Amino acid sequence: MTSTLTPARKRSALTKGQLPKFAPYAVLAVALVLGAAILALIGFNAFGWGIVSAILFAAGLVGWSAAVEGSRKAKDKLATCLVVGSFLIALLPLISVIWTVLVNGIPGIITPGFLGTSMNGVTGVYDNKAVEGGAPVLGGIYHALLGTVQITLLATVISVPVGLLTAIYLVEYGNDRSVARAITFFVDVMTGIPSIVAGLFAAAFFFAVVGPGTKTGAVAAVALSVLMIPVVVRSSEEMLKIVPNELREAAYALGVRKWRTILKVVIPTAISGIASGVTLAIARVIGETAPILVTAGFATSINNNVFGGWMASLPTFIYTQILNPTSPSNPDPSSQRAWGAALVLIILVMLLNLGARLIARVFAPKTGR
Amino acid sequence: MTTTSLTNPQGAGRAGDKVFSGAALAAGCLILAVLFGVALFLVIQAIPAFTAPAEDIQGGQGFFAYIWPIVVGTLIAAIIALVIATPVAIGVALFISHYAPRRLASGLGYVVDLLAAIPSVIYGAWGAAFLAKEIAPAYDWLAKNLGWLPIFHGPASSTGKTILTAGIVLSVMVLPIITSLTREIFLQTPKLHEEAALALGATRWEMIKMAVLPFARPGIISAVMLGLGRALGETMAVALVLSSGALTASLIQSGNQTIAAEIALNFPEAGGLKVATLIAAGLVLFVITLGVNMVARWIITRHKEFSGAN
Repeated sequence: MTSTLTPARKRSALTKGQLPKFAPYAVLAVALVLGAAILALIGFNAFGWGIVSAILFAAGLVGWSAAVEGSRKAKDKLATCLVVGSFLIALLPLISVIWTVLVNGIPGIITPGFLGTSMNGVTGVYDNKAVEGGAPVLGGIYHALLGTVQITLLATVISVPVGLLTAIYLVEYGNDRSVARAITFFVDVMTGIPSIVAGLFAAAFFFAVVGPGTKTGAVAAVALSVLMIPVVVRSSEEMLKIVPNELREAAYALGVRKWRTILKVVIPTAISGIASGVTLAIARVIGETAPILVTAGFATSINNNVFGGWMASLPTFIYTQILNPTSPSNPDPSSQRAWGAALVLIILVMLLNLGARLIARVFAPKTGR
Repeated sequence: MTTTSLTNPQGAGRAGDKVFSGAALAAGCLILAVLFGVALFLVIQAIPAFTAPAEDIQGGQGFFAYIWPIVVGTLIAAIIALVIATPVAIGVALFISHYAPRRLASGLGYVVDLLAAIPSVIYGAWGAAFLAKEIAPAYDWLAKNLGWLPIFHGPASSTGKTILTAGIVLSVMVLPIITSLTREIFLQTPKLHEEAALALGATRWEMIKMAVLPFARPGIISAVMLGLGRALGETMAVALVLSSGALTASLIQSGNQTIAAEIALNFPEAGGLKVATLIAAGLVLFVITLGVNMVARWIITRHKEFSGAN
C-alpha cells in the first residue's frame, strides 16, 4: 500500500519519514470504498456505512503512520481520530433529535387551529374519528402555551429581583465574609437540586401552608424559581465582577453614594450580560416538566388565573399526550399533537437562546475604542 | 442638592445606602432560607411515611423495602450515563479547546451547548419514539452473543424500553454539562506548559497527556460529579423511556425504576400516605444529589487557585 501511494517526486530530507500531505484523504477514500463494499455484503445502510468507514479510516491511517513514522506519531494520529470521532458522535443525537422533532412535529403544527384552540372537550371519540374517517385532528396547545407563558413569567418576576440583589450583595457588599461564602457555596449546591425535588418542595410547602392538594400555576412558578434563582445569581455575579473597579472609584470620587453608584454605574455597564443571563435562565426553566407535573397538575382547558386551579404547560402537555393518549386505542392523533407541541417548545427555547446572544451583543457597553 | 448632601450626612442618600445593602443581604439570606426550607418541608411532609405501619406503605414491607430498589435503579441509570458520557465529553472538550481550528472553536462550543438547551421532555420523547425502536435489534444481538453476562441476560425487550436506553438518553443530557466544564479547564492550562512540551518535541497527544490532563484532573473529576448529580435527578428521560418494573440485573430487559421517574409517574394521582411516601423518596434523592454536589464543589474550591471552574 505504501509503495503505490508514495509520490514520484523527490522528497526533501526534512520531510523524510513522514506521511505525504494527501495521506488522510487517500485513506478516507479507500475507507469509504471498502466500507461500502463490506456493507454491500451484509445489507447497506447509511449509518452502518459511516461507522464502518470511520473505523477503517482510523485503522488505516494509524497503521500506515505506525509503519512509516513510528509509534509516537501513530499514537498521536490515533488520539486525533478518537477526539474528532467523539465530537462527531456528540453531534449524532443533536441532529437526530432535531430531525425527529421536525419530521413528526410539522404535521401537527400545520393542522388548522393547533396554536389557537385548547383541548377542552376534545375526547377520544374525535381522535378515533380522525383515524378512521380522515376527519381533521382536533385540539391544540393554546391552553398549554398560555400556561407556560404565565408560569414562566411569574417565575421570572420572583427570581430576577432575588437573584440580582443576591449577586449585588456577593460582589459589592460581600467582601468574602462568611455569609457571602456560605451563599456562594449554597447557590452552587442549589444549581444541582434535581428539578423534581424543587417541584416536591413547592408542593410540600403549599400543602403545609395553604392546604393539602394545592396545585396552581403559582406553586409551579415557585418551583421554577428555586431552579432559576441560582442560574440568575451565577450569571449576574460573573457580569458584575467584570465591571472595572475604576468606574466605581470614579463615581465614589465624585461623591456618589454606593447604592447610586451600583444603580447608575455598575448595573448599566453590566446590563447586557445580566439580561442575556436572565434570558438563558428562562430558556432553561421553560422546558422543565417534572416540577410542573407535581405542582400544577394538568388541565385541558384554558386557565387564566395563576393563583387558582390546575394549569397546563407545554412540557406537561407533551408528557401527558405521549403517556396517556386522549384515545388509548388510537394514540396517533395524541402523538401528533405531542410532537407539534415539542416543535413549538424547541423553537421557543432556541429563540430564547438566540435572543440571549443578540442581547449580549447589541447592548454590550461601548468600550470607546 | 449637592450642598445639602455634603453638609447633611443624615440625608436621603445615607438611608438609601442602608435600605439597598439591607435588601441585598436579605435576598442572599432568602436563598439560604429557601434551601433550608426545601429540606425542612420535605422532612415535615415525609414524616408520615417513616412512622406509618410497614404494611400500609406500597409493597407492604415498609419504607426501606420500597425505597432501596429504586435507589439502586437510579444509581444504575446514572452510572450507565456517566460511563458513556465521560470519555465522549472529554474528547469533545479536547476537540474544541485543542484540535478544532481557532475560528471554528467558539461556534462548535455553541453547537454542543445546544444539546443542553433542548428540554428534557423532548429527549424523553425522542428516546421513546426513535432510539428505543432503533436500538432494540442491538439488544437482541447482545442477548444472543453476550447473554452469559448477567447484565445482558436475555430475552431482550422487544420494544427497547430498557434501563440501558434510558441510560443512553441520560448520557446525551449530561454530555454538554461535562463538556462545557472540562472545556473551560482545558482552556486554562498554562500556555507555557503546553509550549514547553511542544518545544521538547512532544507530539500534540503527548503534550495533552503531559501538560493538559494532569492540570485538569481535579476539574474533570468535579465535572463528572456534577454530571452525576444531573443524571441522578433527571426525571423525564427515564419516565418516558423506561417501561419500569422490579429491580433486575439485566440492562436489556424491561424493569428497574429510578426515584425521579417513580415520583413523576405516581405523584399527580397520589393521595394521603402515598404522597408522603413519594415526598420521602424525593427527600432521599435530595440527600444523595446534595452529597454528590457538595463533594464536587468542595473539590473545585480546593483547587480554585489552579482551575477556572468556579
